Formats: sequence, C-alpha cells, structure tokens
Amino acid sequence: MAGFKFADRPLHVIADELNDGAYSCAELSEAFLDHVAAEDGKVRAFLKLDGERVLEAARAADARRAAGQALSEFDGIPIGIKDCIVAKDETCSCASKLLEHVVSPYDSTAVARLKARGFIPFGRLNMDEFAMGSSCENSAFQKTANPRDLARVPGGSSGGSAACVAASFAPAALGSDTGGSIRQPAAFCGIVGLKPTYGRVSRHGLVAFASSLDQIGPMTHDVLDAAILLDVISGHDPMDSTSLPVAAGGFADAVRNDAGSSLRGMRIGLPKEYFTGAGLAPGVARVMEENIARARELGAEVIDVSLPHTKYAVAVYYIIATAEASANLARFDGIRYGARVEGRDLVDTYFKTRGAGFGDEVKRRILLGTYVLSSGYYDAYYLRAQKVRTLIRRDFEEAFRTCDLLLTPVTPNVAFKFGEKSDPLQMYLSDIFTIALNLSGNCGISIPGGSDFETGMPVGVQLLAPALEEARLLRAADCFMRGN
Amino acid sequence: MEQPNIDIKYVAELARLELSDEQFRQLEHDMAGIVGHIATLLEVDVTGVEPTAHAAPLTNVWREDVAGRPYDRDVMLANAPALLNGETIRVPQVLPGEGMN
Repeated sequence: MAGFKFADRPLHVIADELNDGAYSCAELSEAFLDHVAAEDGKVRAFLKLDGERVLEAARAADARRAAGQALSEFDGIPIGIKDCIVAKDETCSCASKLLEHVVSPYDSTAVARLKARGFIPFGRLNMDEFAMGSSCENSAFQKTANPRDLARVPGGSSGGSAACVAASFAPAALGSDTGGSIRQPAAFCGIVGLKPTYGRVSRHGLVAFASSLDQIGPMTHDVLDAAILLDVISGHDPMDSTSLPVAAGGFADAVRNDAGSSLRGMRIGLPKEYFTGAGLAPGVARVMEENIARARELGAEVIDVSLPHTKYAVAVYYIIATAEASANLARFDGIRYGARVEGRDLVDTYFKTRGAGFGDEVKRRILLGTYVLSSGYYDAYYLRAQKVRTLIRRDFEEAFRTCDLLLTPVTPNVAFKFGEKSDPLQMYLSDIFTIALNLSGNCGISIPGGSDFETGMPVGVQLLAPALEEARLLRAADCFMRGN
Repeated sequence: MEQPNIDIKYVAELARLELSDEQFRQLEHDMAGIVGHIATLLEVDVTGVEPTAHAAPLTNVWREDVAGRPYDRDVMLANAPALLNGETIRVPQVLPGEGMN
C-alpha cells in the first residue's frame, strides 16, 4: 500500500486540499476506487462498492463546488459505511445470507446527515453477521484481513470499517458499537474509533442488534476527523425515540482550539480491575505503562480508581445483549423482505428461513437470549443482569466523581490470527475492557497507543468519559495522539 | 445454585430456529459453557437495586399526531420474497394441516 497518494491522509487534510483546488472530487474518488481495485483482493473489506455511483456523486460535488454551491467544506469526500447502516438504494445485508439482496428504500439518519454535507457513501463494509462477533470471521460472505498483517483478523464487529480506514480505502468510515465493535477493531488496526454517548447519534436506519447498547460512531485516521464526523452525524432525531434532545456539535472546534495544549489540570483515573490480574499480554502492558507516563508528562494527575463490578460485565452484557437481540431478530422471518425458504406452512417457513439464513454465532446468541428471557429464568438471569447493570453504572459514576477521564487498555491482546480463537466463551471474555462502557451509556475512544514489541501489531489505548462529555474526551485524545 | 439443564430443543422452538443434529450438539456444548459463566451473577448481592433497562434517561417520547405518507406501496414491496398480483405479499398457508390450493 506504500506509495498511494492518499495513504493515511486525514479527511480534514483532504478537505483543505480540495478547497485549495489541488485536485477535483472526481479525481479523489477515482484514486480511492483504483486503490481498492488494486488492494482489496487481499484485504476483502468491501461487500459491495458501486464505482459508477460514487463517481456520479463526485462529479455532482465538483459541479456544486464550481458553482460556488458546495454543501460544506467536505463536499465530495468519500466515507465507507458498515453494512448494518442503511443507505438509500444500496444493499444492506448485515453480512447475513438472510438479507443478502435487500435494498434499503431510505437513508439512515447518519447517512442522510453525511449526504447533506456532501459526503459520499463509499461502499458497504464487511462485518460480523448482525454485528455479533469480535473478529469479522462471522461474516456469511468473506473474512476481512487486518491490513497491518494479512494473517490476522481486523477485529469486529466493525472489522471491514477498520480495515477500510487502515488500508486507506477511504479517508474515514462509520461503524457501530454495541460492546466494543468500533473500539476493538480500531485498536487491532491502529486507527481511531469513537463510541459516542448512548443517544448522541440517531439509531434510525441502524439495523438493531441490542437496542439499549447500539451506537453509531466514526472510525478515522486522527481525532480531529472523529470530531468532524461526530459534528455531522450527532444531534436529536425525532425518528429515534432514544435520541437525546441536547445540543450537539462544536466537537471539531473544541479539538482545533485546543491543539497542542497539555493535559494540565486533568485528572486521569486508572481502574485497577483493568490492569492487575486482567491478563494483559506483556506488549499491551508495556504500551499502557508508556501511555500512563505520557499522561503525566503532558501534565495530567494520574490516580488509581476502582470499578469493582468489572468482573461481572461480560456476563451482564451477554445476557442483556442477547435478550435484546433475540427480540430484535424475531423480525427476520422471510415474509416481508429477505430470503425465504418455503416450508409446509407459515411456522415451518419461519423455522426453515431462520435455520438457513442465520449463521452459527447468530443462532447461538438468539438461543441464549431466548433462554434468559424464558419462563423460569427471567428473574434469575435477565432481571438480575439489569440490576447488576445498575451497579456497573454506579461504578462509573463513583469513579468520575474523583477523575475527569479513565485510561484503560482496549483489549488484553493484539489482533489474533484467523481461527486462533474458536471457543465462543473465550471470544466473549476478550471483550472485557469495552463492554462496560455500553452498559453504562458513557462515551469512549480508542486511539493508537504504540506497538506490541513481540509482533509489531498496533496496541490501542482507551479513554472513557462521562455521558455527553465528548468534547473533553476528544480534546484529551487529540493531546495524547500528538504526544504519541 | 446448581447448573440448570438447558433444553436446547425447547429453546430453539421458542426462537423458531431449525437446527441440524450437528448444530444441536455443538450449541448444547457451547451453551453449557456460556451459561456456566453467566451464572457467576448469582453471587452478586442485588438486594434493593433497581434494574437498568436503558442507559438514556428518557421516558414518554411523543411526536405530533399528524399523518405522514412515507413510502409508496411498490417501494415497500420491492424487497418481498413473494408477491401476489404484484400488490400484496404472498404468505405460506397459515394453519397447519393438509395443503390448500
């Protein structure tokens, strides 16, 4: 991938160059399309990419720019889209055979807001089927490779989005994060991934996995790009009843106005449960030590804090997320849309359609969710998990009383090799550092923190902030990344 | 608490999932491990703790009671796997039993 003109180039730099007339939008899109054509055979990040559609949109952006009617300074910049976020007249399969040929009649709010500013949806990016997985190996169609080492997974579930950005197939991409699905692949591929506060970004047009946890967010080369995209996609939306009616925007300005400053006056907490006895690989532990030292050098006060219910987070998550998924995925029955396998009668058609259409991991989670909601187990598992979720939320509230941000690893290990993790429980347990954030509803970001001394693979560093404190989070993350 | 016996066949019926024999055996094995792990929650004291169903503190979100006309019928039917006369979704026989034509 060396030598590609736009390799690792942030979208804000591309915007400046477009506005200076360094190249046209059509030339820009053509360059990315050529790069994908040359390299995606190895990475396999895209499920679909309609070059003609992209070029048509790019030429329209050029015409607007020529007429002085650009939709924004970003008019004509391509953005990759995870395949569970719908875009009008494009397929939305969620990497599932069941939805393989479904074409969306509408734009998700996030995509509509991108289009309103002139961004061009750039293809459909691979993922774990219905966002259920941590490696992208659960896609029904293809395994995406990690552009940093093609023998390794890109992480998941937004593995296609992370690989797209890491391979510079597009300047940035959208992903979705239910238990770490933006932050973990961002860490595995060495890019930036932001999980906004629950309710910050509309879920309208995001195919639901676990409705109380899902959130769309940007995956980018740097923190300013994440802030720019959050400015565009966030804000109240009447189409999502869980969308927060609060003022949004100003995130990019917050980062720009603070550029180059220090972390002075900021108190950063290290939750001991994420370090001691947490099974960190030596390379990850070393990068964390370096970043803690960096935080001190940048002027932050670093303190120890505790999130005592951390060890229950995986159990709570896999009860609540699967329970919600079993209800959300009940709609995929082969009647109104999607692939149908005809049976003897209606109910038999449901069984056959779902049996043939869903992959193993999706079936496993639907079964687990159905089980924890079933008569006799609801109180023991589901209701109890909701109560422990309250305790996990309180842990964060308590910690944020004594510090402004938390600093943690994103994953215990760097990206693993294909097929290395086959036991589902082991795969679930590796989500330990990312899922509590979704249960609490707060916001967090994964940024590149350094490299593993054993494998050379990227290691992510996670910063967590209280709900609606994205400006604080992004300013600090930007400061860290400039230091790294 | 002792490990509950999970009747995968019954749960799969509730979930309307057809499973092959091999899938059935694999899932039975996987589920035992996973449920064994989630059972660690039974050791947490949750006396007096309110459940959290949602992270966002919103209740009773209403919209204006006005009629909309979002999509035309042909748009909504475009993804249907089977149509009758191009204007309704064809569904399989609803009541089980002998085939009706």
